[in-house]
Amino acid sequence: MSHSGFRSLLPQQDMVYFAILAALIFVVFPLSMDIFRLNLVGKYLTYAFVALGLVLCWGYGGILSLGQGVFFGLGGYCMAMFLKLEASDPEATKIQSTPGIPDFMDWNQLTELPWFWEPFHSLGFSLLAVIIVPSIFAYIIGVAMFKRRVGGVYFAIITQAFAAILTILIIGQQGYTGGVNGITDLRTLKGWDIRSDEAKYILYFVNGLLLFACLFIAQYVRKSKLGRLLVAMREREDRVRFSGYDVANFKIFVFCLGAAFAAIGGAMFTLQVGFMSPSFVGIVPSIEMVIFCAVGGRMSLMGAVYGTLLVNWAKTTFSESFPELWLFAMGGLFIAVVLAFPNGLAGLYQTWVAPRLSQWLRNIRALRPPLTTAQSRS
Amino acid sequence: MFADYSMAELMSIFAMQGFAGLTLFSVFVLMALGLAIIFGQMGVINMAHGEFMILGAYVTYLTSNIFAEYAQNLFSIYFFVAMILAFVATFLLGALVEWGMIRFLYKRPLDTLLATWGLSLILQQIYRSVFGAREVGVTLPDWLMGSVALTDSIEIPINGLFVMGLTVLISIAVFIMMFRSRWGGQVRAVVQNRTMAGAVGINTEKVDRITFALGCGIAGVAGSAFTMIGSTGPTSGQLYIVDTFLVVVFGGASSLLGTIASAFTISQAQSSMEFFLSGSMAKVLTLLVVVGILMLRPQGLFALKIRR
Repeated sequence: MSHSGFRSLLPQQDMVYFAILAALIFVVFPLSMDIFRLNLVGKYLTYAFVALGLVLCWGYGGILSLGQGVFFGLGGYCMAMFLKLEASDPEATKIQSTPGIPDFMDWNQLTELPWFWEPFHSLGFSLLAVIIVPSIFAYIIGVAMFKRRVGGVYFAIITQAFAAILTILIIGQQGYTGGVNGITDLRTLKGWDIRSDEAKYILYFVNGLLLFACLFIAQYVRKSKLGRLLVAMREREDRVRFSGYDVANFKIFVFCLGAAFAAIGGAMFTLQVGFMSPSFVGIVPSIEMVIFCAVGGRMSLMGAVYGTLLVNWAKTTFSESFPELWLFAMGGLFIAVVLAFPNGLAGLYQTWVAPRLSQWLRNIRALRPPLTTAQSRS
Repeated sequence: MFADYSMAELMSIFAMQGFAGLTLFSVFVLMALGLAIIFGQMGVINMAHGEFMILGAYVTYLTSNIFAEYAQNLFSIYFFVAMILAFVATFLLGALVEWGMIRFLYKRPLDTLLATWGLSLILQQIYRSVFGAREVGVTLPDWLMGSVALTDSIEIPINGLFVMGLTVLISIAVFIMMFRSRWGGQVRAVVQNRTMAGAVGINTEKVDRITFALGCGIAGVAGSAFTMIGSTGPTSGQLYIVDTFLVVVFGGASSLLGTIASAFTISQAQSSMEFFLSGSMAKVLTLLVVVGILMLRPQGLFALKIRR
């Protein structure tokens, strides 16, 4: 990419925001927190992938998906299946009646590995599956819905139904999926112990880098023609259609991109937390992911990351000390964000902080000119 | 899978499962009627609808306790009092919510979804603090207990019959209100064209408030009926909310008849499959079929032919 292309992708102001976030994630958090807290932040950041996807789908495209948990979960499960197969080699599982299959299958009287588990012996396949399985799924939903011009509220309800279906399916098919407990007890990745402190540090940084990769992709979409078309479609879909654009294809693309982001988040979640369960797939977590995005500001990529961090941090702190109050706070947050600050933290920043900041910067610059003119004279 | 049963056994299985399906149908219809008014007519996504239903159930529970304590001789009719109280309580709460929250959001339907989800979290936590996390059940009066034996192998519980009768009555009442009364005409006028309705002298704000409150009130009555056939916990409402939305969407959002037809289809499909498959698989299959049909026919079963 040429220098000027890069400039237009990341204007100076956005560059500053990216740099601040990078400093926060890669320097401030690792230096100021112990590994337990850092791992927790890493876990929160995996939700930020979902929130990023939602900014593009919902904030820009106006497509509210209440089923992002499905993609988060599919990504997470693809990763977990690989790790589980590695953790249950015949040596480690020799006390089972059928050695070499995951322990929960043995408990459910399965005697051989189901066919769809077989390919997950390969790391390459699993990593591909993390992205491709959820994307294909999103593509199918997207084609079915958007080609028929179903959108808005109906789309939200149907994606929510998918979240419900997948949860019930995972819980019901215990023998194949691990049921309510999910896939637990994951130990190593190609012989590398993911539970050690060192591994947690490395995974945290990998997670951060992937998040930045996704941020750049999202920023690229936002700044491109596609980003403008998305906004136009959100405002007046029929006019965009009459201008000769195939509205459905843009929607499908952005929905699949959001799904792929969510899936990467899910896979990193599995790696950092060490298990995956249906409680990250269903309706409640999916709606919570929407609130992360709404709190941060549905139109702001940075806001989505900060919103996710803030809400999750609040959730952990509140539910540690006042478990009853958390649901009140969360419910109140939903209502307040919708009624009072529809643009979330980013909106507050834009209205209250940014004007003062630029005023202050202008004041500083106003002090400088006499100095420079004096220098130029001498 | 049918080979193990004789013909007569199969018949009674289908009859009993069909009846179980009818009970589920009643709950769906009662919940979906309120939602069809709020969502189908007003376009507001009320995710707290399940919690309104549970409020009705808790009111019924409280009333039954009060009657058992202070008016033992009137216990056999407590249910009717409870139903009225449940309606009043949920109606008032609904009006309050419309006044405090929904009226600002009519132009942003997706945001009503988030705001009412927040409301549902708050209500759930209130129920948990007041009534405890455990599920509570009511004591049925004697005349609702037992069952009617139709043949040797088919028995039908009386409380189920009662709930079904109630459903029919409420559906007829809603139908008359929406399509035969002056008020119903005003509601439909406001829904179709708010500006014009206002211009011909309809107080649209008042109509909105009463419509929303009425939808919630019906949910309260649904909750009251729900106590007859199941126990109530703080999160019971959430279990039904997705199903109910699917029922309404599947039926064609603005058609009350469609709502009833789709509630019937979904509940029958689910309960007859439940016997042969596990409960969860029956539910997954039902939901998948519904979603599949909705993808082929997004406007639902009974769509009104209107130009948009």
